[in-house]
Amino acid sequence: MNLTHLTALELGRAIASGDVTIPQATQAALEEISQRDKSLNSCITVLTEQAMERAETLQKGLKPGLSPLYGVPLLLKDNLCTQGIKTTCGSKLLEGYVPPYDATVVEKVQRVGGVCLGKGNLDEFAMGSTTETSHFGPTRNPWEESRVPGGSSGGCAAGVAAGFAWYALGSDTGGSIRQPAGYCGLTGLKPTYGTVSRYGLVAYASSLDQVGPLCRDAADCAAVLDILQGKDSRDSTTVDGNYGGLLSSLTSDIRGLRVGLPVECFGEGLDPQVAQRVQEVAKVLQHRGAILTEVSIPELKQVIPAYYVLASAEASSNLARYDGVKYGFRAEEYKNLTQMYENTRSQGFGKEAKLRILLGTFVLSAGYYEAYYKKALAVKEQVKVGLERAFATCDVLLTPVTPNTAPKLGESLADPMKMYLSDLYTVPANLAGLPALSMPCGVDGEGLPVGAQLMGPRFGEQLLLNTAYAYQQETDYHKCVPRGGEGR
Amino acid sequence: MNWEIVMGLETHVELSTESKIFCGCSTSFGAAPNSQCCPVCMGLPGALPVLNEKVVEYGVKVGLALGCAITPVSRFDRKNYFYPDLPKGYQISQLYAPLCTAGRVEVGGATIGIHEIHMEEDAGKLYHDPQSGETLCDFNRCGVPLLEIVTEPDFRTPDQVVAYLELLRERLQYLGVSDGKMEEGSLRCDVNLSVRPVGRDTLGTRTEMKNLGSFKAIARAIQYESQRQIALLERGERVVQETRRFDEERGETFSMRSKEEARDYRYFPEPDLPPVVLSQEYVHHIRDNLPELGEVKRKRYAQQYQLPEYDCQMVTSHPALARFFEELVELGTPPKQGANWIMGEVLGALSTRSLSPQRLPITPKTLARLIQLVSEGKLNRNTAVKVFEAVFDTDGDVDEYVSSHHLEQVLDVELVGNTVARVLEENPQSVADWRGGKEKAFGFLVGQTMRALQGKADPQTVRRVLTSLLDNM
Repeated sequence: MNLTHLTALELGRAIASGDVTIPQATQAALEEISQRDKSLNSCITVLTEQAMERAETLQKGLKPGLSPLYGVPLLLKDNLCTQGIKTTCGSKLLEGYVPPYDATVVEKVQRVGGVCLGKGNLDEFAMGSTTETSHFGPTRNPWEESRVPGGSSGGCAAGVAAGFAWYALGSDTGGSIRQPAGYCGLTGLKPTYGTVSRYGLVAYASSLDQVGPLCRDAADCAAVLDILQGKDSRDSTTVDGNYGGLLSSLTSDIRGLRVGLPVECFGEGLDPQVAQRVQEVAKVLQHRGAILTEVSIPELKQVIPAYYVLASAEASSNLARYDGVKYGFRAEEYKNLTQMYENTRSQGFGKEAKLRILLGTFVLSAGYYEAYYKKALAVKEQVKVGLERAFATCDVLLTPVTPNTAPKLGESLADPMKMYLSDLYTVPANLAGLPALSMPCGVDGEGLPVGAQLMGPRFGEQLLLNTAYAYQQETDYHKCVPRGGEGR
Repeated sequence: MNWEIVMGLETHVELSTESKIFCGCSTSFGAAPNSQCCPVCMGLPGALPVLNEKVVEYGVKVGLALGCAITPVSRFDRKNYFYPDLPKGYQISQLYAPLCTAGRVEVGGATIGIHEIHMEEDAGKLYHDPQSGETLCDFNRCGVPLLEIVTEPDFRTPDQVVAYLELLRERLQYLGVSDGKMEEGSLRCDVNLSVRPVGRDTLGTRTEMKNLGSFKAIARAIQYESQRQIALLERGERVVQETRRFDEERGETFSMRSKEEARDYRYFPEPDLPPVVLSQEYVHHIRDNLPELGEVKRKRYAQQYQLPEYDCQMVTSHPALARFFEELVELGTPPKQGANWIMGEVLGALSTRSLSPQRLPITPKTLARLIQLVSEGKLNRNTAVKVFEAVFDTDGDVDEYVSSHHLEQVLDVELVGNTVARVLEENPQSVADWRGGKEKAFGFLVGQTMRALQGKADPQTVRRVLTSLLDNM
């Protein structure tokens, strides 16, 4: 048995029963990291000593009745604030920035005995779909190192897929958990907006950002979301979803579940191999007793421009604080205040961040606000309405996660428009604030993972997890591990 | 040509909530730099605002006191601009759906429309060190809650402006939502001003004046700026729409930035804060519990206590004084006497100590007792004033002070008689002078008697006894 191939819950059980100690598990993961992360570059910071120290402490505190994930090591995306530990957001502007406080989700995983192994690489300020825009270099896909792991939570996805940790916390603004989960063969969940606190998540687009788990299977996702969810007095946008126990309520009985397949998500631009894998998912669900229905949501056609207008507008404001005055990078040369701002931000931000700041500033400017920002808001409302209509006739929607499998490094940067368009299936859930899950459903001709997405109504996490759990009872795709590791 | 001045005001009111608008940090004034900040008000990455409900309550109170409609669903927006005192790079304010709209107040015979009242956060403070040339930031003020009260362009004279601000300050103080101190910056006012020929309906091009630190400065700035604009127009030139700074020393306004240079604030809805939803019950509850405001009190005092107008004005000049007065009366002090003590001794003692009425150390109970001793004849008025001074700062026990200092008024007529007789014996010359018609000599004899009794006798009694003894000599 290779420890690093267990699921988080399996490891948690092994720890609880005394078969594995927390330091053993932590040591095993740290060894994987030291062996392979030089080439993968999934972590910006590795907390070797702190993690071992914490593992020893937690081991001493082991007793019956603890969290099912007590002692299980994890990775945190490096846009989640960690007290006393660098939080860079993959940007030169925050290189060396050490927050004085922990994000709410970080507090929560620590409270239940999580061992944080390191901070996962990401696209700069979570802006990108490949983890290539990081100031700390690109992350590679453990399935095939010439490929990207997806983004922006690419470091976390690559790390969990490579066995560096048993789960990770990422953030998803337009697909940043689900898409890298798809490219790396993981199960990832973006919760309903407001379900998980954003306090301490460095904002990209506040009205769309949501923290969620990247795991090896649906049961792990349920366990992690049980920990993360809940109203937070420090985040006014949080709501109480009254989920009960997602893990304890998990069932593979999906008889009678109405699964909708939106025609708009199976059309032009979709790789036929991906389409076929996702259709196979539908068959499996049908075999388990689900009812398949075709639905049409024409509003989905407008999501990409609306998303980039809204996300960039908020980003242009959220990123204004990185001005060199208070913390982080400041340009060395300047003659006055304006130059200090200009030089700091010109030298500190990478190309993609600058592009979005400029776009966002433009769409909010006098004279353009109505034409772009307001129009994008209207589209967002229409998408919500369209999805609500769909959920009147089905319980979950099934789509691909992306039109293609993981592209080669450098490809997307050469054709950013193609990259933006590839967010087509993931963005609607963010615009509508709905939960969506990504799960592996096989590989393409080149052996790269293909992801299927399940989207649910508001607070429909349990449905999504049950559906994925049922699927994973029938299939073994979630158990496949990248080359370099042996199957179980 | 005759010109008319047209003005509208934008007034920033610093609210006296204990904590800031979006975090739990203290708002107290004068703390060590950067000692009252946290990740939220310093705009650290990942921090999020949480609205302080007290700010909404205070805003609604002010709105109701200025006759406004309260917006059932109001929202916050971000006002984006770069400046080192603004740690997030944007100010959380309200543009599209402010808390209150469409109010009106009557001042000095004019009706002033209130366009809107919105909530927002204050910025920090910058200190420029002239020696090193460095600029230092103090973020203590970041996130201190502000209300911005915007009027319609309904002012025509500087007097109306000052009267409005005085009224506004009084209402804020009576509502208990702000100390309204212009000197400390808790009341800041920008004046939008244009001029037009009398009789014309359309508005002229306006300028906005900032940096007005006192009522006097406001009146002077209006005077200067209106003359400047009139002079420009009479020369056939045009007024440029711009922001102007008033230089208090020179008494002139200077251009800060023109309309072309005006910032584009790129307002958009604040995604981190949900809308502020106020139920009718909530608004009604606040309306029903609004305190009695100054002008209502003045009317009531005149009617109920028959106080002269001047007394009403003085006693209600600060809510703490009015409260003090009402408690005095409740303790049995005759209203006029209470008012006299407040206007005389109390205000005098406050002013020599530079204390605001809120910090009044003496309690109504103590003063009521003192007044009672005087009216019972146990203490004469002059001694009472000395006792007042002695117990003012510590709210000391009046009876204890009087007895330990043996200040009780001498009521013993026999003792007074004996003393007067001795004084007459010792001052034959004065007695002769009085007989010779010198009125002054009488006063001298009264004084000598009072002195012999250490000032504790009732002067009336002394006079009466002295007169009868002199008559009988």
